[in-house]
Amino acid sequence: MGRIAVDKDKCKGCLLCASVCPKEAIITDSGLNKMGIKAVKPKEGADCSGCAMCALICPECCITVYK
Amino acid sequence: MEKVFGRPNSLRNVATHYCPGCGHGIAHRLICEVVDELNIRERVIAVAPVGCAVIAYDYWDFDCSEAAHGRALAVATAIKRVHPETVVFTYQGDGDLAAIGTNETIHAANRGENLSVVFINNAIYGMTGGQMAPTTLLGQKTATTPSGRQAGSAGFPLKISEMLASLAGVYSVERASLHAPQEIVRAKKAIKQAFINQMENKGFSLVEVLSPCPTYWGMSPKEALDWIKDALIKEFPLGKLK
Repeated sequence: MGRIAVDKDKCKGCLLCASVCPKEAIITDSGLNKMGIKAVKPKEGADCSGCAMCALICPECCITVYK
Repeated sequence: MEKVFGRPNSLRNVATHYCPGCGHGIAHRLICEVVDELNIRERVIAVAPVGCAVIAYDYWDFDCSEAAHGRALAVATAIKRVHPETVVFTYQGDGDLAAIGTNETIHAANRGENLSVVFINNAIYGMTGGQMAPTTLLGQKTATTPSGRQAGSAGFPLKISEMLASLAGVYSVERASLHAPQEIVRAKKAIKQAFINQMENKGFSLVEVLSPCPTYWGMSPKEALDWIKDALIKEFPLGKLK
């Protein structure tokens, strides 16, 4: 089991993290961040394995991974 | 649970000015991870380019210098010769390294300067609005080739890494890509090796990094990664060139 934390005010909503997540555990947040962008957030109840693929591809380095 | 991935210490905790899905942010992070792992934060000096990454020094928390457009390797040569104990690298795009700076690039490489170069190739000019770069693919639409680059009027994609690999003064040339997590891991290894080469006084090492520019390729960030895999890599194959 793993867990991610997203620094949502740095996220630009490019969704590359969601595109590489093998567990489809990342979704778009409904609200806007400080930049007026819909950031991503971990999907509740998703089976995150802590593989860190999302963090590896995040251009803003705004994902921290715990395992 | 323990933290297995986070922001490297030498990457400032600020948002970047880059477009969503731009590869510069990934490349910046990889360099910071390498600097932290090699424990050279107090020894490293970066030379930033002119291009989208012109204010890279706002993101890197170590010593940086700016250079005039294309002249990063000339400035880096001076820094390294005056301070041989430092680890000096340039970070340049295709416009900076392979267009206006071709002269400086070729001669620094041919002299075998003991430097590391991170060459970001996104096959287009980003900062100035998406014009054709020397590395633009044939048929690729840009602001200055609206119906696609034609060899008859605009020549062919410039393979500067292959050119540099042919020079006796060059120690190492490798091409990597940022289009998938496993490729990003390989790109980091290549950058780390280029830094280690310099620390072992091996000479000139260059890592070309194929990087997405979704904005001026007219694609979504995901489509841009797929285009690297499907088109850009065919013209610029990955791997060690020297």
